[in-house]
Amino acid sequence: MKKINKFLAVFLMVLIMLPFTSCSKEEKVTLNVYNWGDYIDESVISEFENKYGIKVNYETFATNEDMYVKIKSGGTAYDVAIPSDYMISKMIKENMLQKIDFSNVPNYKYIDEKFKGLEFDPNNEYSVPYMWGVVGIVYNKKMVSDPVDSWNILWNEKYKKQILMLDSQRESIGVALQKLGYSLNTTDKDKLEQAKQELIKQKPLVLAYVGDEIKDKMISGEAALAVAWAGDAVFMKQQNPDLEFAVPKEGSNLFVDCMVIPKTSKHKKEAEMFINFMFETEIAKKNTEYIGYSTPHKEAYKLLDEETKYDKTAYPDEEVLKRCEVYKDLSDMLKEYDKIWTEVKAAH
Amino acid sequence: MKRKNYAYPYLFWMTIFAVLPLFLVLLYSLTFKNGLKSGITFSNFVRFFEPIYLEVLLRSINLALISTIICLLLGYPIAYIISKANIKHRNTLILLFLIPMWMNFLLRTYAWMTLLEKNGILNKFLTSIGLGPLNIMYTNSAVVLGMVYNFLPFMVLPIYTVLIKIDRSLIEAANDLGANKIITFIKVTLPLSLPGVISGITMVFMPSVTTFAISRLLGGGQFTLIGNLIEQQFINVGDWNFGSAISIVMMVIILISMGIMNRFDKDKEGVNLW
Repeated sequence: MKKINKFLAVFLMVLIMLPFTSCSKEEKVTLNVYNWGDYIDESVISEFENKYGIKVNYETFATNEDMYVKIKSGGTAYDVAIPSDYMISKMIKENMLQKIDFSNVPNYKYIDEKFKGLEFDPNNEYSVPYMWGVVGIVYNKKMVSDPVDSWNILWNEKYKKQILMLDSQRESIGVALQKLGYSLNTTDKDKLEQAKQELIKQKPLVLAYVGDEIKDKMISGEAALAVAWAGDAVFMKQQNPDLEFAVPKEGSNLFVDCMVIPKTSKHKKEAEMFINFMFETEIAKKNTEYIGYSTPHKEAYKLLDEETKYDKTAYPDEEVLKRCEVYKDLSDMLKEYDKIWTEVKAAH
Repeated sequence: MKRKNYAYPYLFWMTIFAVLPLFLVLLYSLTFKNGLKSGITFSNFVRFFEPIYLEVLLRSINLALISTIICLLLGYPIAYIISKANIKHRNTLILLFLIPMWMNFLLRTYAWMTLLEKNGILNKFLTSIGLGPLNIMYTNSAVVLGMVYNFLPFMVLPIYTVLIKIDRSLIEAANDLGANKIITFIKVTLPLSLPGVISGITMVFMPSVTTFAISRLLGGGQFTLIGNLIEQQFINVGDWNFGSAISIVMMVIILISMGIMNRFDKDKEGVNLW
């Protein structure tokens, strides 16, 4: 009797769990797309779904590091992700990305040569540049009386509790490093220690360390100064004409976010279809207009309205770009950055 | 015999969803992985006892204690008043108290963000009556406010449940024997309601000491609490070993504090959590 009961219990359990495990093969393909928050015109996704009959499961992340940890832990099998430059080289090194078959992505020809063959993907095998831009300071002209041309202003006592910093380690440590006149890709422990001290010194002046909320806060005048990505600055300036954007003279970060296909993807063909679709000229234009970041798509750029095309925030001069550095993958030194950031955040 | 068999699914469930994860956390906390090397180590725990992290721990306990005390000071009178109301009103009052909890707590915390902002509703009101804008958002007070607001029902409900169960005849007896209202409360009602108070304290203290959402949203990422530290290790930094070590330390602390609380609760009459 006892044995039968045991058997029944197990059998019941298996029955209950069956519906969760069954894999129906005939079902439509679902693409898992993993992107930065607020970094796509979502109507473009439905256009893709309608055109190809592929369902898109769209998820977002707040920092490159978040995305890396999630893909590495392998919970969801993402088919398309949009990391930045340094994270791409890290993922290539760790064998996390698939080579893209460019015969399936003919629209790659529209990408400006400037953004091909960059250091993170020298042979153009793994990535398709999606958007680019620079990091700088957004400020409210009514609240800031000093000229904003240096990172030093973020350490100015006058603006105590009116400064917003990005809650992202590379960006914030980078700001401190450049303030000190060092490279964004410093691996020297002493210099990093100095940067840490700078950030701790700055902490009492900082109103908050935030991510996408920066946009709302700056638009509604909650803060006077914020570190921000140029693309977001374009949007903020549209919403609040008192805001202005500047790239500090010490230099800044130039980033290129690209579409990649992680190794976890089971639908490489569909993923390539998705990438190709995103670079259809009309789609790229629509998407660029929505996001406000700078497009590497030559034809889409030409179609933008005059005001955007000559907007120095989104498309800065060569002279500004020369000051900017692209992040490099720091490999093992990244642990040091992790530690510094943890300590800065924990300090009081 | 039969009853034992019914326990198998439960056992199965507990093993997979409670014992195994706990074991994994412990395993992570005691190991390290550096490139290709990995092994057993205590360094994660040693790192936690660096002053900078101890300070985070102290700050968390401090804020959680403040919130718990405020919750108790607010919650006891509320529970008392509701329990004294007549039955019809009593249920309505408790329902009114619970309705906000039907909403997700993140949503409610976001609502506080717009209320407390520099140009928020509260400050607009204060400015209009000449009390000038206050800087509440992104301060310690904002975090405490968020905790008190979110966890107050956890204090009120257990106290309320105990209070309505108190035998009225005991209070009548006290009155008959000449005790006035205050003496009756101190000598009869309060001691009898202690189990509820103790459950309330544990139920408020535990989520307050481990919260990370409230401190991030209302504290603006500068008031790193222990919960934020753990979250950061798992989500941003990817140092699961250190994160697990902090979690284990946290669990031990909570276990100890619950043990202490249970000592006060000699009669085991309260709405116990374990």
